[in-house]
Amino acid sequence: MNLKHTAGLLRHAKRSLLILSLCTLGVGAAQAGPPTAQVNTTGLAVTDDTVKVGILHSLTGTMAISETGAQEAEKLAIEQINNMGGILGRKIQIIQEDGASDWPTFAEKSRKLLVNDKVAAVFGCWTSASRKAALPVFEKENGLLYYPTFYEGLEQSHNVIYTGQEATQQILAGLDWVAREKGAKTFYLIGSDYIWPRTSMKIARKHIENVLKGKVVGEEYKPLGNTSFGSVINKIRLKKPDVIYAAVVGGSNVAWFKQLKAAGITGKKQTLLTISVTEDEVLGIGGENLKGFYSVMKYFESLDNENNKAFVKAFKAKWGADSVIGDVTQAAYLGPWLWKAAVERAGSFDVDKVVAESEKGDIELSTAPEGYVKLHANHHLWSKTRVARWGDDGQATVVFESGLIEPNPFPKGYQ
Amino acid sequence: MKSFFYNKLLGGKQGAIGLLVLALVILVVFPLTLDLFRLNLVGKYLTYAFVAVGLVLLWGYGGILSLGQGIFFGLGGYCMAMFLKLEASSPENTSIQSTPGIPDFMDWNQLTHLPWFWKPFESFGFTLIAILVIPTVFAFIVGYAMFKRRVGGVYFAIITQAIALILTVLIVGQQGYTGGINGITDLRTLHGWDIREDSAKYTLYFVNAFLLLGCVMLGRYVLTSKFGRLLLAMRDKEDRVRFSGYDVSTFKIFVFCLAAVISAIGGAMFTLQVGFMSPSFVGIVPSIEMVIFAAVGGRMSLIGAVYGTLLVNFGKTLFSESFPALWLFLIGGLFIAVVMFFPNGLAGIYAKYSQQLAACVKSGRGCARSLVEKLRSLRPGSRTGAGSQAGESL
Repeated sequence: MNLKHTAGLLRHAKRSLLILSLCTLGVGAAQAGPPTAQVNTTGLAVTDDTVKVGILHSLTGTMAISETGAQEAEKLAIEQINNMGGILGRKIQIIQEDGASDWPTFAEKSRKLLVNDKVAAVFGCWTSASRKAALPVFEKENGLLYYPTFYEGLEQSHNVIYTGQEATQQILAGLDWVAREKGAKTFYLIGSDYIWPRTSMKIARKHIENVLKGKVVGEEYKPLGNTSFGSVINKIRLKKPDVIYAAVVGGSNVAWFKQLKAAGITGKKQTLLTISVTEDEVLGIGGENLKGFYSVMKYFESLDNENNKAFVKAFKAKWGADSVIGDVTQAAYLGPWLWKAAVERAGSFDVDKVVAESEKGDIELSTAPEGYVKLHANHHLWSKTRVARWGDDGQATVVFESGLIEPNPFPKGYQ
Repeated sequence: MKSFFYNKLLGGKQGAIGLLVLALVILVVFPLTLDLFRLNLVGKYLTYAFVAVGLVLLWGYGGILSLGQGIFFGLGGYCMAMFLKLEASSPENTSIQSTPGIPDFMDWNQLTHLPWFWKPFESFGFTLIAILVIPTVFAFIVGYAMFKRRVGGVYFAIITQAIALILTVLIVGQQGYTGGINGITDLRTLHGWDIREDSAKYTLYFVNAFLLLGCVMLGRYVLTSKFGRLLLAMRDKEDRVRFSGYDVSTFKIFVFCLAAVISAIGGAMFTLQVGFMSPSFVGIVPSIEMVIFAAVGGRMSLIGAVYGTLLVNFGKTLFSESFPALWLFLIGGLFIAVVMFFPNGLAGIYAKYSQQLAACVKSGRGCARSLVEKLRSLRPGSRTGAGSQAGESL
């Protein structure tokens, strides 16, 4: 009896041990994520413990200076995700390619990443031209691109998630602010000559004339890389606009702001609003040339919230205390996190399933450095717009913050 | 007829072998060994080789260094892109625009109707003619204006460079009509035939390869004719040719137009295979790169130019994939090494070592024969003397 009982106990113990070990196995399996066959039905580079993604930015050429921050932020986000255990139990492996500031190279490397490496997602591109070159490849191969730059809108691809602002988000709130706070009535528009400044200025002009009932007293475009702004500055002096509204990009900015200062047009007397200067550009321009002017962006390094403090700290710890964080860098940082959220909800790396989850319009990130963001069904982000005033030190102080603005890549009445 | 084909187009035995090897490499070896992605890349490189072949004629033989061949590559490419873009911009495909039926970039730039110079490109026949004629006419105008005034040498190089820059600025500036810096993107079908499909990529690769071989043969024909001799004579002593009663400028204009039209074919094939065209192929940098392709291959060798283009671009792709941050230095190093140590490029290396190799093979055969004899003489009984003989010949 006693013996029997002991044997029974032993059996019982054995069984519970078995159950226990089964449980641990089960837990182990849960940690390792669902089987690969289930999360990857389209032949992506996903194994039982890794998933490959691509990073495609210019590491060389004229755009390298702007794009470096973006790829650093993406790497930081991926590292953080991996430290948390990865996605669906799989660690993210990065395959990095250089777009070399050359649009066809972006197309070539996109094809390489999608066709040869079979990456589950690509974080990359910066200029509109590089996105336009890569876009047909992503659509043809059904890849997934997270694009970080604020851009002109007028686009919504099944295969792209836009983590920067489209033009109306960035422009309207800033113009409203300057009309309200500064009583601005006359505007002088100046930009580099390509699609983004032209589209932005078109939207700005419509808003100024139709909504704010102001007047555009001049509109001027200069070739990319242009360094002589003397004639524009003379016209500005003549017209004396309440606001200079600028979308000069890249290296031209340095000449533009230095020549403004040399001509005596400074933040003390003149209101200038730019939609193309982030902390990255200020490194080249120099804070003293920009002091008192305003930038309109969704993110500034100086933002005072817990998310941002942690982000800035982690970024500087990884990439050096001298590094600065601009709007696009922060938007690039959101890419991997948005992808993670969509993949986990879809329970799959398949592009169509991830896109379907993203299109439900309720993926949120409350941990975003810029604050709370939400992915809209139209592949763009709900976000706030901020106006900030530049100081000597190359940092900006936020003077205005909008509410969450709905993305509207095809604005009616602005085309 | 046969001898015409053999002597003029293939360039005799030596040339025929070279051409055959090239044809084997690009028509058989690459398609069999490379996957479609890499093959498509090779196809893209081969379109640059058209420009390099044109440069061999123009620069290697004619002595006229043009730093603006991207102009013609671009003109050919843009003509093809305009046709394809119009086909891709059917009202159904562009219903999202404020003016459906026109290319997307025109819509962004507030154009409401198709500009007049785009209209003829709705016809494929016109497009094909335009690809050949527009670059030729443009080259003729530039060539006429300069060679008739005896502008040559470094001035010609600088002026072609300036024209390349002007054209880029024009294309970028007139973005409503040209697509600006983005270029003309998202090209899809040719007469309803989807050029993005895998099978289309194979077809286009072979069409491209045959056209390139055709251009090499055309180049051979030109160079083996009397005109080729005159080109060389002009390069080496222009005045002497002029004093002999030849109109030097006409020959120069002709070879400039010929190089232009060959480049334009490359440009059109580029657009078809890559699926877009942008001003980044028209400007100074790509034009100079193409000169480098020809230099690496050997500027006196039509076939060498093709290999040079392939080598440099393979290097570019390989280095940039393996060392994303360092690759430009490696490419720079490659150029410096080639120019310093092999001024005649790949063709020069081949010429140098093929003679040595041939000599070695010949002597090797001799060696082998004598060796066999020696071995025979090593039979027992005739041991004496054989050892010393073998030692001598070794």
